[in-house]
Formats: sequence, structure tokens, C-alpha cells
Amino acid sequence: MSTTVEHTHDHPQLGFVRKYIFSTDHKIIGIQYIVTALFMAVVGGLLSMMMRLQLAWPTPSVRPGILEPLWSMLSSIMPEGIQSGVMLPEFYLSLVTMHGTIMVFFLFTAILTGGFGNFLIPLQIGARDMAFPFLNALSYWIFLLSCIVILSALFVTGGAPLGGWTAYAPLSALPEAGPGQAEGMTLWIVAIALFSVSGLMGGLNYVTTLLTMRTKGMSMMRLPLTQWSLLITAILGVLAFPVLLAAGILLMFDRMGGTSFFVPGGLMMGQQVLEHTGGHPLLWQHLFWFFGHPEVYIVVLPAMGIASDILSTFCRKPIFGYRVMVYSMSSIAFLSFIVWGHHMFLSGMSPVMGSLFTLTTLLIAIPSAVKTFNWLGTMWGARIRFSSPMLFALAFVSMFVSGGLSGIFLGTSASDIAMHDTYFVVGHFHLVMAVAPLFAGFAGLYFWFPKMFGRMMNETLAKAHFWISFVGAYVVFHSMHSLGVMGHLRRIYDPLQYEFLQPVQGMNIVVTIAAFTLGAAQLIFLFNFFTSVWWGKKASINPWNATTLEWELPSPPGHGNFGPELPIVQRWPFDYSVPGAEKDYIMQTEAPKGAPSS
Amino acid sequence: MPVATEATTEEKLEIGSPPPPVWPEGGGDDESWQSEPAFPVTKGRLGLWLLLGGIVMLFGGFSSAYIVLRGLPSWQNVAIPSVLWISTGVLLASSVTIEMTRKAMLKGLHGPAKAWIGITGILGLAFLGGQVVAWMQMVQAGVYLPSTLHSSFLYILTGTHGIHLIGGLGALLFVLTQTFRNRYTATDHEPISLCATYWHFMDGLWVYLFLMFLLA
Repeated sequence: MSTTVEHTHDHPQLGFVRKYIFSTDHKIIGIQYIVTALFMAVVGGLLSMMMRLQLAWPTPSVRPGILEPLWSMLSSIMPEGIQSGVMLPEFYLSLVTMHGTIMVFFLFTAILTGGFGNFLIPLQIGARDMAFPFLNALSYWIFLLSCIVILSALFVTGGAPLGGWTAYAPLSALPEAGPGQAEGMTLWIVAIALFSVSGLMGGLNYVTTLLTMRTKGMSMMRLPLTQWSLLITAILGVLAFPVLLAAGILLMFDRMGGTSFFVPGGLMMGQQVLEHTGGHPLLWQHLFWFFGHPEVYIVVLPAMGIASDILSTFCRKPIFGYRVMVYSMSSIAFLSFIVWGHHMFLSGMSPVMGSLFTLTTLLIAIPSAVKTFNWLGTMWGARIRFSSPMLFALAFVSMFVSGGLSGIFLGTSASDIAMHDTYFVVGHFHLVMAVAPLFAGFAGLYFWFPKMFGRMMNETLAKAHFWISFVGAYVVFHSMHSLGVMGHLRRIYDPLQYEFLQPVQGMNIVVTIAAFTLGAAQLIFLFNFFTSVWWGKKASINPWNATTLEWELPSPPGHGNFGPELPIVQRWPFDYSVPGAEKDYIMQTEAPKGAPSS
Repeated sequence: MPVATEATTEEKLEIGSPPPPVWPEGGGDDESWQSEPAFPVTKGRLGLWLLLGGIVMLFGGFSSAYIVLRGLPSWQNVAIPSVLWISTGVLLASSVTIEMTRKAMLKGLHGPAKAWIGITGILGLAFLGGQVVAWMQMVQAGVYLPSTLHSSFLYILTGTHGIHLIGGLGALLFVLTQTFRNRYTATDHEPISLCATYWHFMDGLWVYLFLMFLLA
């Protein structure tokens, strides 16, 4: 950006469709991403509720009578999956696949980078829009298309795929391997390929915008941490998604072109030797996890950035160790590319490689711990304002630490041998990369909602939502860790078939009841969100007394964001409780005393 | 909104926290922003580099699969169609012609620039034609997509590279029409040089893939 004085373009009055639907305005695109992702979250959440229903009461004989109407209703809605009140095992597996896929890609990746990234990047760096607005709009529409494709997998013959969100070969490479592995699996691959392309377009845009379009004075070391996290995430996305795309293309040819990349030679199916000449099923795992582990940080890093900024705002203190936060996020991102083998300790990997992957995996604990202590340092001695965004940001830190600690056992190859493919894994990754980012996402939504819609969300409902969700999430996912230690396998659909699991079935029931409660709490959020859009209390320009650029704009900001002149940034975003200052926060544009204003 | 006063600062000290750091006038960072230069490349060029980074990772994924599968006992080499040598030469020549386009545009010579873009496009189409001929040669030799792992990669990687080259041809068509509309000048013709970068990259990528097929 060579000049700060830039005339606003003449914006002709746009009709409703151009303004709110086929818009190239980053704020509208961000909100479109958020609303679409919330819809996908509802679908993904309902799928998990059905899984929990099955796990708590696997057979009709142990089912409480009160649930009979529910089961007969489900049977009539999904006659192919639930027949006369009994869920088919393959239907349960398709629930597993679709829940994981929808939540990882279409909720977390979409809402944190697509939603908050689009909405916040230009606003917080002092730009009028993204670098390539049309590409940005295109990325949303391709994302929406991928949502439609993945949802349609639920309705085709045979239903959704069965192989989990990781789509391990050779199951995923053979259309005849199961009912959902034919059309459903094909749609899965198409949806993920579309999502990769959409993510690449978004990533290009974010990096270019953040590097070239910062306003005068907004040096890299004056960026809010949310922006740093989005920059690093976008770079991860640009480097990781194409690898998934490559794997998806090869998989598609295995399925449709008769190639043998992931299908071993001489594989028997139904008494017949398949014609495939002989490939390498583990190759899929390598390619998938080379993408898959960075994907974890594509989800977690923006959550860290958002939580950092919110913690600082509500502690009324500067973030502790700003530069170190940036360095630790960068090193987490780098390390995420060399740890993928820890998902494959039990694939016959040599112990030497296992030790190497253990080492790189445990190294991630260092920057993660640095960040955690910096969050604690930020809170130390602060007069914390426990507003709803802050509660959710605190919960993010709590969940991230709890889930991260159980990760140490899984990242160590020796202990992973015992824990692999048990509910310990399920509990771990849900805490660290599902619930933690979810809570950071809620923190962000409650925090920026006033800027998005010009209205406040109801604080009482928000607190109710928080407490039920917080307790519910810990009951669900902490208990899963215990179930895993007791040997509860990961993808079984009827735990009662295993004698050693019968004594702990009560825990499954507790988890299910807590999960239903957790799910119900999200209805409070959805109600609060959608009613507040229209009927919430009008928001002021800066309801949280925050310092970053977007809080100087009207709520919601107009097209082009800033007035005739772009703001000039004078300081970093964490000038809270500066000694001697009139207020306990100083906006980023406020000039130092005695200095000329530009 | 509570207002920070000296008193509240004192109170914080009592509960054992370190005093809040006093930031230098003008901001919390080291004021390096005052000397921070504007980002050295344009939006378009940075975006292109990121796109190329993504394409590198895409073909990096394919290459690593190639290397892993090459070590399997089931790997069988197939003969490389001879026409690929010719199409490689054609693509290398097109890198020269797109460079001529840039040279002509730098001198503000619109006529030659249009001609060189056209020639580049024709060479690009000729290359794609050569790839189709290569597929036909392979089919005639009885080597199909599923025949061996090597032949699968030959078909899929030439195809994927071809699709990316078609994207380059689209970009060439765009700059050609823009040149006919006199949109570019000797000093302002970034899309042409972005096109050239992409084209050279596709050229280099092909040479890399071709060497990989040969060395299999």
C-alpha cells in the first residue's frame, strides 16, 4: 500500500441480491461462511446424537421404553439405516464418517478461516477488502457446492461412506467394499476435492491481503494475534490441501479407472481375486496424514489467535509475550508437517521411524506450553471481566490443555500401542481439536457479533449456553478417555457384544445423556444468535472497549469499511491499562502524546 | 467503564503481579514499522507465487507416491512414447516465445507482442496435441491406464499437467484480447509478465515430470 489517502470508490446502490447474496464484500462472504458452517454443524451434531443414542442402548432389549417413540420416528425417517427400531452397523459407520467429515472440514475449517478470516482480515489490518474479491466470492460458492455434494452422499443408493473421515484405503478404493463405498464414497472425494480448491483460493487471498494491503503503520509486529494466526493458517492451507487433492485424484482413479495406487495385488473379495496389479494401501495413510496433521493446526491456530486477543481484551492487560506467541505459532505450523507418522504407529512402521515421529510430536509440546503459559501470564493479576466471549476463551485454554495432555500419551509410540483405536483417541482429539476450537469459535462469535450485525447477543442466554456446554463437554469427553483406557474400541457400534465392556456400559449412558444436554445447549446459542440478529439490543461502536481498528467503525461497517481515508496505525493492539492513560485502553490509531497525528 | 488510575496500578502491585510494562511512546513494538518497506512484490505476483506453491505441493504429492510405488515388486516400466521428446522441445520453444512477448512489450511494440503471444499459444496447443498423440501411441502399444503403475502415472500426470497448461492457455487468451484492446503499455503490463512466469513454471514442471518418467 503506497498511499494512505485513497478515495472511496463510487459504490452504486446494489440490489438485495448483489448486496447480500452474490456479494464480493468480504464481510458478507465471512457471514455467509459462518451461517453455512452453522447449518453444517447442526447436521453434524444431529449425526453424533444418533451415534450416542446407539452406543448407550445398542439393542432394543436394553432400551428404556421412553425412547421407543424416538426410535420409531427415526425408523420412519431413515428406513434404509434403521429397520424396525434397529440401527444397521453400516449405517452407524456412515454416521461416523459423515460426522467427522462435516465437523472437521465443513464446520471448523470453514467457520474459523472462512468465516472469521474473511470478516476480520481487512477490518483489522485497515484494508477496504480482500486482495482478490472475486476469487474470494468464488471460494465461498465452491465451498457451498462442496457442502451440497457431501450432504447428498447421505441420500444416494447405499448411503454415505463407511471408512471414517480418513477414508483409509483399500476400503475407500473399492466401490464394492460396502454399501456406502460406491456412490457415497465418490461424492465424498468430489466434495473434499472441491473443498480443497475453495480452501486454496481463500488461502491465496488471505496471505496476499495480509502481506500487501496493511494500512500505514500496521507493521507485522503490530498485527493482532488473530491476524498472525490467520496468516500462518493460510500458508498451512496452501501447502497442505494440494497434497490431499493429489491423494484424492489417485484414489478416484483407483475406483473408476482400474489403477492400483492404493490397492494391494492379489486382493480377494467375495471369493474372487481383484484385477488390481498391486499398489500400497499405506501410501494413502501417508498422503492423507501429511495433509491431516497440518489440518489439525489449520483448525487450532485461528482458535489460538482469537482466544489470545479476547483474553487480552477482557483481562484489560497486554498479551503476555506477543513476539513469542508469533514465534510459537510459526514453529507449531512448521512442526505440523513432520509429525504425520504419529497417526500410523501401528501400521508396521519401523521402531526407529516411530521414535523419530515421537520426538517431533513431543517437540510440539514446547511451543504449545509456551502459549499456554503466556495466556496464564496475561491473566495473572488481571481484573478479569467475565463476559461471555471471555468465558469461552478461557474454556478454550482449559480444553486445549486437557486435550493436549492426553495427546502426549498418544504421541509417544510406546503408549500409543495400548491406546490406539480406543475411545482415548476419540476423547483426546475431540477435546483438543473439536471442543477447544468450537469454544474459541463461540468466543469469536459472541465477541464480533455486535460488529457483524450491529446488535448485541443476550448475555444471560450466552452464560447459560456457556455453563451447560462447558460442563457437558467435559463430562462427555473426559469420560471417553476413561472408556478408552478400559479398552472401549473406537468404531464399534454395539459395546455390549464385548464381555469386558459390559461392566462399563453405564458410562456410555452417562456420556450419551451429557451429549444430549450438550446438544440441547447449542439450541440456546442458535436461538440467541438468530433472534439477536433482528431483535438484539443495539450495539455501540466499541462495546468491549477493545483497541483494534474494526472497533472504530460503525456496527456493522459499511461497504469499503473505512471512510475516505484509511486509518493510520500508531501502536500495537494491546495497549490496555497503560499507566497514566486517561482510559484503560488506547485505540491503535491514537497518536502518542506530543506527536503529530500522521 | 472503569478508568485506569494510579490507584488501580498500585492495587495490582499489592497482589503480587509485576508492574505493567511501560511501552515506548508510539506503540508497543520496536518502532521498526517506520522503516518497514512496502511489500516488495505486487498483489498479483504474490498471489501467483502462492498458487505455484500450491501446484508444487500437488505434484509433490504425486511425486512422493511415484517414488514409494516405484519400490514395489509390482512396478513395471513401460516404454515412453517417442513423441514426448518432440512435445518437450515444443514446450521449451514456447518458453522462448513468451519471453519474446515480454521483451516486445517492454519496448512498447504491440504488434510483435500480439504475434508472440499467438505463437506461444499455438506452441502450447501443439504441445497438448503431442500429449494426445503420446496417449494414442501408448494405446496402440497396448499400454492402458490400469496396465502398470508406471503407465497409470504416465496418463494421470500428463493429464494433470495438461489441465494446468490449459489454464495457462486461458490466461494467454485473456492477455491477447487485452493487448488487442491496447490495455497494456511498456511500463504497465503486469498480466503479461505473470502469464510468462506461469508458463515458464509449467515448462519447468513438465521437464521435471518427463525426467521422472525417463528415470523410472
